Amino acid sequence: MRTLTRLTWVEIKLFIREPITVIFTLALPIIFLFVMGGVFGNTPDADDPEMMVFRGVGALDYYIPAYFALVMMAIGTVALPVHLTAYREKGILRRMRASSISVWALLGSQLAVSFIIAVLGSLLIMAFGLLVYEPHLPQQVGLLIPGFLLGLLCFTALGFFLGAVLPSTRAAQGLGLILFFVMMILGGAGPPPEVLTGAMDAIGNFTIIRHVILMLQDPYLGFGWNTFASLVAVGVTVVAGLLAARFFRWE
Amino acid sequence: MPPIISVENLRKTYRTTVAVDNISFDVNEGEIFGLLGRNGAGKTTAVECLQALRQPDAGRIRVLGYDPRTEAAALRRRIGSQLQESALPDRIRVWEALDLFASVTPDALDWQVLLEQWGLTEKRKASFASLSGGQRQRLLIALALVNNPKVVFLDEMTTGLDPAARRVAWELIREIRERGTTVVLVTHFMEEAEELCDRVAIVDRGNIVAMDTPQGLVTQYATGVRVIFTAGQAELPRLEDIEGVRRVVRRGPRVEVEGSGPVLALVAAALVEHGIVPADLRVEQPSLEDVFLKLTGHDVGE
Repeated sequence: MRTLTRLTWVEIKLFIREPITVIFTLALPIIFLFVMGGVFGNTPDADDPEMMVFRGVGALDYYIPAYFALVMMAIGTVALPVHLTAYREKGILRRMRASSISVWALLGSQLAVSFIIAVLGSLLIMAFGLLVYEPHLPQQVGLLIPGFLLGLLCFTALGFFLGAVLPSTRAAQGLGLILFFVMMILGGAGPPPEVLTGAMDAIGNFTIIRHVILMLQDPYLGFGWNTFASLVAVGVTVVAGLLAARFFRWE
Repeated sequence: MPPIISVENLRKTYRTTVAVDNISFDVNEGEIFGLLGRNGAGKTTAVECLQALRQPDAGRIRVLGYDPRTEAAALRRRIGSQLQESALPDRIRVWEALDLFASVTPDALDWQVLLEQWGLTEKRKASFASLSGGQRQRLLIALALVNNPKVVFLDEMTTGLDPAARRVAWELIREIRERGTTVVLVTHFMEEAEELCDRVAIVDRGNIVAMDTPQGLVTQYATGVRVIFTAGQAELPRLEDIEGVRRVVRRGPRVEVEGSGPVLALVAAALVEHGIVPADLRVEQPSLEDVFLKLTGHDVGE
């Protein structure tokens, strides 16, 4: 337990000292938010279901919870896999293992740091949104919080899985970025699914982020708990977590 | 007293390569035990099996009474490891690393003292990436000691250290032993083994070919003494006929006489009798290197 808290603290400091990761996980979603806000503003969507693009709400209200999910995805597809593969490649995991730092302390500290980054990133998005535009505040906070935690677990498990199976840092960077941008564009954090072609939208339905976005957006906008999306997130968490545990290697 | 480490018929293969063929040895409490061999001889693989970092194919290992195969976690907390090819995150600071690795056990050493001993006090706030090769190496040794281990494994610990730092490291390792820690040293460096080890096992192609104190190995295996002097163009007496002389080699003005027993005195007498009085007559005692060459048939560097 003492090792877990020490390691978590060290990892937080290491994260802060790594400017590229900070920019990618924290600054990028804010930049997107400004662009989307500038392009679409926050005037409420058309009432006519035929014309509806942003689920009947303003674009900013649509994107703010979507970008909470984007921070989580940046952690799960890029930051965590790159971090873990680099640790393996450089012999840092080997060093930790020889000093009897357990896999639970290692992954526990990463989960804790991911949680802190995701909360921080989401608060920054909310704050910048409020500062520049006039978005609505979350409508159902009691449902948003469990959705947030589940979404984070889901992407952290994905990050552990990618970090366990990918052979090198280069592979993690390459594959991670592809996954990030494809899922972002097709999953609902880029153009809204309503404007995608039928095929794109169908593929988008198979992205993890589509469901995590819905799980966050629904309570944020006051549409209630999205059971199907949350079941998908639980499924991904369990499968990715088990595969990560099965394939984790120290060297 | 039972040995603190006992290894019987250890074997480890990687696919078709036999890294460790069949190795057995005991290490007694409080000694500095060396595994000496060239790169790829299997010594690192062997000690990694002892540290529960690799699964051996066969053999029985006990370290501090623990079986590394089944009691890895308990074992690792009680041993110290300085590994080849290991590193720390680039941006971690020296003190953070020591503080972190000290947290694995309640009876860790005061890492401030370790910083001092290993000459890293001034670097305590430096990042790992900014350290020189020698500083990194010293930090990694300090990390191996911070959990106050009963046994410490040091794999090529003086790699990257300059000669002065190497001397300091040897002195510190002796001090560690004085305090009761058993040291297992992996090295390809003759002088280190000779200087530091109470007992040395010479490892070649996955097997131990000899094991004894450095002096014992020399007495048992070394070919004898070498008498060396400069004779210029002078005509030499028939040194080959002297009792105990095995070989005379003349390289320009320099003459080397190999033999055993009181060759020095006999050679000197024969020279003086012929009116040759070399000013630089000296004798070279055989070293561990001679033993190594004889037993393995090749140089360490090869």
